Amino acid sequence: MKRYDILIVGAGPAGLAAAHAAATQGASVGIIDDNPLAGGQIWRGGPELQSDARAPQLWHALQRTDNVEFLLQTRVMYAPQPKQLLVQTPSSSATLSYEKLILATGARERLLPFPGWTLPGVTGAGGLQALAKGGYPLQGKRVVVAGSGPLLLAAAATLQAKGAQIVAIIEQANTPSLLRFGFGLLATPSKIAQALRLMAQLRGVPYLRDSYVHSARGDGTLQSVQVQRGAARGQETLQCDFLACGYGLLPNVELAQALGCATATRDAQTVVTVDEWQHTTVDGIYCAGEGTGVGGVDLALAEGHIAGLAASGQHAQAKALFAARASWQKFAGRLARAFALRAGLSALAGDDTIVCRCEDVCHGELRTHTGWRSAKLQTRCGMGPCQGRICGGATEILYGWRPDTVRMPISPTRIASIID
Amino acid sequence: MTDLSITLHIDARSISVEPGVTVAAAIALAGGGVTRLSVHGHPRAPLCGMGVCQECRVTIDGRAHQLSCQTLCANGMHVLTASEGAA
Repeated sequence: MKRYDILIVGAGPAGLAAAHAAATQGASVGIIDDNPLAGGQIWRGGPELQSDARAPQLWHALQRTDNVEFLLQTRVMYAPQPKQLLVQTPSSSATLSYEKLILATGARERLLPFPGWTLPGVTGAGGLQALAKGGYPLQGKRVVVAGSGPLLLAAAATLQAKGAQIVAIIEQANTPSLLRFGFGLLATPSKIAQALRLMAQLRGVPYLRDSYVHSARGDGTLQSVQVQRGAARGQETLQCDFLACGYGLLPNVELAQALGCATATRDAQTVVTVDEWQHTTVDGIYCAGEGTGVGGVDLALAEGHIAGLAASGQHAQAKALFAARASWQKFAGRLARAFALRAGLSALAGDDTIVCRCEDVCHGELRTHTGWRSAKLQTRCGMGPCQGRICGGATEILYGWRPDTVRMPISPTRIASIID
Repeated sequence: MTDLSITLHIDARSISVEPGVTVAAAIALAGGGVTRLSVHGHPRAPLCGMGVCQECRVTIDGRAHQLSCQTLCANGMHVLTASEGAA
């Protein structure tokens, strides 16, 4: 069995910052990620290739340390014993043991059901951005980017750079919320620079505020989307080849929950509870980055750094980062308030709209249930391969349900991985 | 200059791609995009792009249920999707 002083799950900004901080004291560090390359979603495709200078800096510093080992295309399945994780690669499995564990599992997009959302061509907003970074062909394709949050601008800029024609960006937040958020950026000048850069890149692309996708249509694949313009105005049809539609981010807390870490609800998100050292309620387990609440790359870096230092016993150095973390936590709060989801989004699904994509369970079958558990037992909603990762975020908005337990293994696992 | 140095097989077709391209992208480049059929037989394509939604599952080199969005293309790889003619 392979043993590490400090094991980190997630090689995005938080995980990389944690690995670098922990490695400075000579700890043996293992860092696991299910993607083929490090960088997570923000630095997808490899940190060495990013324009954010912090990414290649961190990456090159890690390359110079010989006590950090990367385990890529590796997924965590479950904990066979305390201080152990069973992991699986496409071809094998292994048990890893650790003294300290840092969870930097990031976030996923909240995807909401509307008529037509299962048509090929409809993706998440960050979803199409991620696919494009992996070579998905978008040259000359007409793309509508929709949903909520600053990710829409970042996604649209990436897609445009990959040759897509952005038909429109559709933001559900209303104008007063967006203006308030804009003024709030004065507290974080680096974000103003980023926003201006994105707006310059996207000059000429319609940005429709107070609007949302009502439905998607197409014969076999997507052909058009129906957009609701505000409450008072009517609907508009946009022809497109892709609809990239995501309603903000949801922290990935399932592994933390499965390991017994407490979670709480904050800003309409389920987040892992941590103390000032990023330590969870389970001895020896830390959490950093989006898992403790969605806040973006700057907060993830600060938290990762603190977790790595604290886990390797460097508490005095960790304290020096508390002020930076506090400032980015305030930014996270402003983000959550500005892009809070409007009530109308829960009314889009019709009785025949699929909510659980893995098991083809429709809204009409689900809406009469009283909770997640009853729905699961009677309809198989949430019982498919994604294990409620997608429909869980949807049923929370549609019916106010939250999954009550996480079962091991936390990802689909080969039988051979368990019995070996 | 484009370096199309990796050749793989998707259903009955062969396609050459650049290094670093995912299997999900290669399927779309090959002219399809559909990865699996839902339990009621409807076509599905990649959705989340990051290994969560499981909509991009395909069979790679005989291993079923591989996530095409998290797998890089490799020379000689055999990919089976659920699109017409291959299921």
